[in-house]
Amino acid sequence: MKNFSEFLAMGGYAVYVWSAYGLTLVVLGWNALAPGRRERALERQLAARPERRSA
Amino acid sequence: MSALAAAACVLHRDLQRARRRLGDLAQPLVFFTVVVFVFPIAIGPNAEVLRNLLPAILWVSALLALVLTLPEVFAADYADGSLELLILSPHPLPLLVLAKALAQWITGVLPLIAMSALLGGVLGLDFSTWVAVELGLLLGTPVLCLVGCLASALAVGVRGGPLLLALITLPLYIPVLIFGTSAARNASLALPVDAEMLFLAGLSVLALTLTPFGIAAALRARLA
Amino acid sequence: MFERFHQYAAPMHFHRLSRKLSPWLFGISAVLFVAGLVGGLILAPADYQQGESFRIIYVHVPSAWLSMFCYMVMASAGAAGLIWKVKMGDIMARACAPLGASFTFVALATGSLWGKPMWGTWWVWDARLTSELILLFLYLGYIALQSAIEDRRAAARAGAVLAVVGVVNIPIIHYSVEWWSTLHQGATVTKFDKPSIDVSMLIPLLLMALAFQVFFFASLLVRARCEILEFEQHTAWVRDYLRGRHKA
Repeated sequence: MKNFSEFLAMGGYAVYVWSAYGLTLVVLGWNALAPGRRERALERQLAARPERRSA
Repeated sequence: MSALAAAACVLHRDLQRARRRLGDLAQPLVFFTVVVFVFPIAIGPNAEVLRNLLPAILWVSALLALVLTLPEVFAADYADGSLELLILSPHPLPLLVLAKALAQWITGVLPLIAMSALLGGVLGLDFSTWVAVELGLLLGTPVLCLVGCLASALAVGVRGGPLLLALITLPLYIPVLIFGTSAARNASLALPVDAEMLFLAGLSVLALTLTPFGIAAALRARLA
Repeated sequence: MFERFHQYAAPMHFHRLSRKLSPWLFGISAVLFVAGLVGGLILAPADYQQGESFRIIYVHVPSAWLSMFCYMVMASAGAAGLIWKVKMGDIMARACAPLGASFTFVALATGSLWGKPMWGTWWVWDARLTSELILLFLYLGYIALQSAIEDRRAAARAGAVLAVVGVVNIPIIHYSVEWWSTLHQGATVTKFDKPSIDVSMLIPLLLMALAFQVFFFASLLVRARCEILEFEQHTAWVRDYLRGRHKA
């Protein structure tokens, strides 16, 4: 088993490997959180509409 | 009135309309010429390089000029309400739509091909390459025209017309571009071009059979 | 029993099911991600040829697979909405698009980051990468078309036609790009995946693929809920639901 600093260095490819994983994390994180935020904002916005009176 | 007669009517009407506005037809040709001449200016005066790139330049410029004419395909009919009449007519919509695409090909694409033939000759394409480019355009432009009409039907009356249409159609145009330019490259190396031409012809036949239904579906999706 | 599934074609029931399911799916995908990452980053041995950089495979390949899967889902859902007028079809198709574009972007960017140490350039005219780029353009065109049309129902139907056209074209595009690429790359064959892969490297890959897959469904469910609210905002059930949620 390697030690932690070797793990971080990724055989010299650290920049590429960790950028790739970081980018993936950011994109997946955005896809996990943004829809939820939008849903809550939508619900608040729609709930604040004045009630329509039906004839 | 039979379905074919109705289609002929649609074709005739579009051709008449184009004939009354010949100036509009000239615009894509001018654009095409300008773009073809802009490339060499950007690339530099190396005659060898330019001769090698000329087929690709002709193809790309033709594609761009074609894409820019797409918003107009259904725009006039949409504006005066005849598009809805076409959709509601008892005749099969795919056939009518095919007539419109044919009109577009005759008035919009054929002049472009003629211009590319002229420019190709003037700018020094050798004969076999020139034939490959022109034949490729003849066999490949039906697909481009039909798929373009499909995109145009999807984006009828929508803002941002030409740019949106370019974004939608250019990825779909890539196979035709690949085979067209590859044929030209092979011709310049005195290699056979049968495979590419057959593929282009095959794509055109496929498009001819499928896209009219797609265009009809697109029109109904937008306007029904 | 089929009747039970049938009801979820209606936005109201789907919305309820989605609210119950999506937290679980996010949880399951998180577990799978941890398992896959441990397997891929720590347990799997370094590659003989590529060293540690091959580990990018664990995010690159699953996102490429998901980008294709997402397009299939988008086109199928759109077709269902177009042909059989299934409302959830329109909704799901619209929800898929940003997700699919995200996966495609990740596949391209990680592919590029993998290619740079291997082949020295950020962009390789590899058939798969080029096809993936065209797929991104297809997604962007779909999104642009949908946002340009104001009526949501018409936008969904137009998008469905475009997505179906895209699905028919994807094999053609892929074949022609591959043809183009092998013709002009010749000897420099790119091998983003190897013909035989060791089991210790394969299992984390499958785990990550599964993690991505479950994540896809989880995120899709939440996005679908947003679309449902937008599509159905004038219905009685939405009004009742909102009243229940936001006792002002």
